[in-house]
Amino acid sequence: MADLARLELDDEAVETFVGQIGRILEYVATLESVDTDGVEPMSHAISLKNAFRPDEPGEHLDNAEALANAPEKDDRSFLVPRVVG
Amino acid sequence: MQPYQLTIAEASDLLQARELSAEELTRSVLGRIEALDGEIGAYISVAADQALAAARRADEAFSRGEAGPLTGIPLAVKDLICTRGVATTCASRILENFVPPYDATVIEKLRQAGAVVVGKANMDEFAMGSTTENSGLQPTRNPWNGGHVPGGSSGGSAAAVAADMCLGALGSDTGGSIRQPASHCGVVGLKPTYGRVSRFGLVAFASSLDQIGPLGKSTRDCARLLSVISGHDRRDSTSVPEPVPDYEVALDRELGDVTVGIPVEFSVSEGLDPDVSAAVQRAVATIESLGVRCREVRLPHAQYAVAAYYVIAPSEASSNLARYDGVKYGFRDAGGGDLMEMYRRTRSRGFGAEVQRRILIGTYCLSSGYYDAYYRKASQVRALIREDYARAFESCDVILSPVAPTPAPAFGEIADDPLTMYLSDIFTLSANLAGIPALSVPCGFSSAGLPIGLQLSAPHFGEQVLLQVAHRYEQAADLQGKKPPLDG
Repeated sequence: MADLARLELDDEAVETFVGQIGRILEYVATLESVDTDGVEPMSHAISLKNAFRPDEPGEHLDNAEALANAPEKDDRSFLVPRVVG
Repeated sequence: MQPYQLTIAEASDLLQARELSAEELTRSVLGRIEALDGEIGAYISVAADQALAAARRADEAFSRGEAGPLTGIPLAVKDLICTRGVATTCASRILENFVPPYDATVIEKLRQAGAVVVGKANMDEFAMGSTTENSGLQPTRNPWNGGHVPGGSSGGSAAAVAADMCLGALGSDTGGSIRQPASHCGVVGLKPTYGRVSRFGLVAFASSLDQIGPLGKSTRDCARLLSVISGHDRRDSTSVPEPVPDYEVALDRELGDVTVGIPVEFSVSEGLDPDVSAAVQRAVATIESLGVRCREVRLPHAQYAVAAYYVIAPSEASSNLARYDGVKYGFRDAGGGDLMEMYRRTRSRGFGAEVQRRILIGTYCLSSGYYDAYYRKASQVRALIREDYARAFESCDVILSPVAPTPAPAFGEIADDPLTMYLSDIFTLSANLAGIPALSVPCGFSSAGLPIGLQLSAPHFGEQVLLQVAHRYEQAADLQGKKPPLDG
């Protein structure tokens, strides 16, 4: 799971989390006792139809603003560690 | 009486009458922060220069006769609502240096209404927690008793209002994060209907549950703040195009024929503190004395709210928090290695334990083979909880319950055990799952002198009746003059 979530846990953290999350999932398992046959799952609180708007160009951040918070950058791009090869 | 002690409505009247200047008011609040916040820790950052500049603009607006409903009013904003040019940290190391290039929609609306943002309030990291002890940056103390937590996750906002370090505040509520700290700090806090207030510029935790709302010293102040921040926003596709009434005007209307429902399931809850139970029962008697009928209602699936919530919220969080990758903004662990190692190290060192725990739970619940058993099942139970409310509101207008099972816990009392902390959200989570509005209004004190809140909830877009009942109750209960014992 930690790998899927892109987290790096040491042995101590794994042990703590396994115990705590185990107890939480055990508690969550009480849901199994609820009869949900034929119940449509609810993903949102308010029923809204798709909200469409015209696809028109509007204001947007310029390059410098978009890059302002980057931990590593050059004058026009975000920089990341080597990805290929 | 010092200007910082005023409510928004009182200060606004004095400002309109030019008996007080916006600059004097902001200086008074900044002085109060200077005197007290070293001890309380409600603010992560105070934007004194920007606040004074905004206060001077407010005074100019008064001179021109162009004042709005919040002109010159100093407010605190929870530090997960983006403020252009002012750091927005989510109380997380991973966003410690993030300075948003834009304002959230609610901040634009506050500025248009003339408000003065004095600073950014502390919180549980990414709003995950019920005590503000999960802040990655600092603790916040309860103004009523420094050995106790202020509640959470909007603990800084609630403590700042309670300690008169602002006149009102914005928080966010995903599972009770406005109402519960309001209850623990003795202030009023409202979670609006899902979609009532734009979430654009609110850092996402669980997108189908998150909602921004006001905290104030009175119901009237919350009504005024809500009128300003509500409304449809083309930048939030889940915001609802319903007209926004003037909630404050609605307060003074006749209450009319209102029935209050009391869920039988909540009155027999295990672990309900006797002081909380007594305060809520006294509140019921007070409400009945106003000529309001009270009757029993049933919410048979409410007992499953904690389990459903702690599948749905972490699932959405694990997806939303995937964006913190050390590339576009925030903290990066520059320890070398390839891209994948950078992601892992950045996230493990940038996120605190509770955030990592919820990311792991969410990743598990959404993973192939487990999705149906957890996320789908929880979403079905969520639908049943919403149906319970729809049925209950056929026979009442407002539902009454405690906000939290106990008054504010001491530091370390519940935060060390995640499941115990989650169970303390039992009364507040259902409103988020159902998407209905709910508020906390002070209803008394424990024998140890800690505040206790009363929760009122209403059907979707029922904020008017909610605020009306709370306002009448607040006047009848007459607890507003009570202030925490701070010398400052």
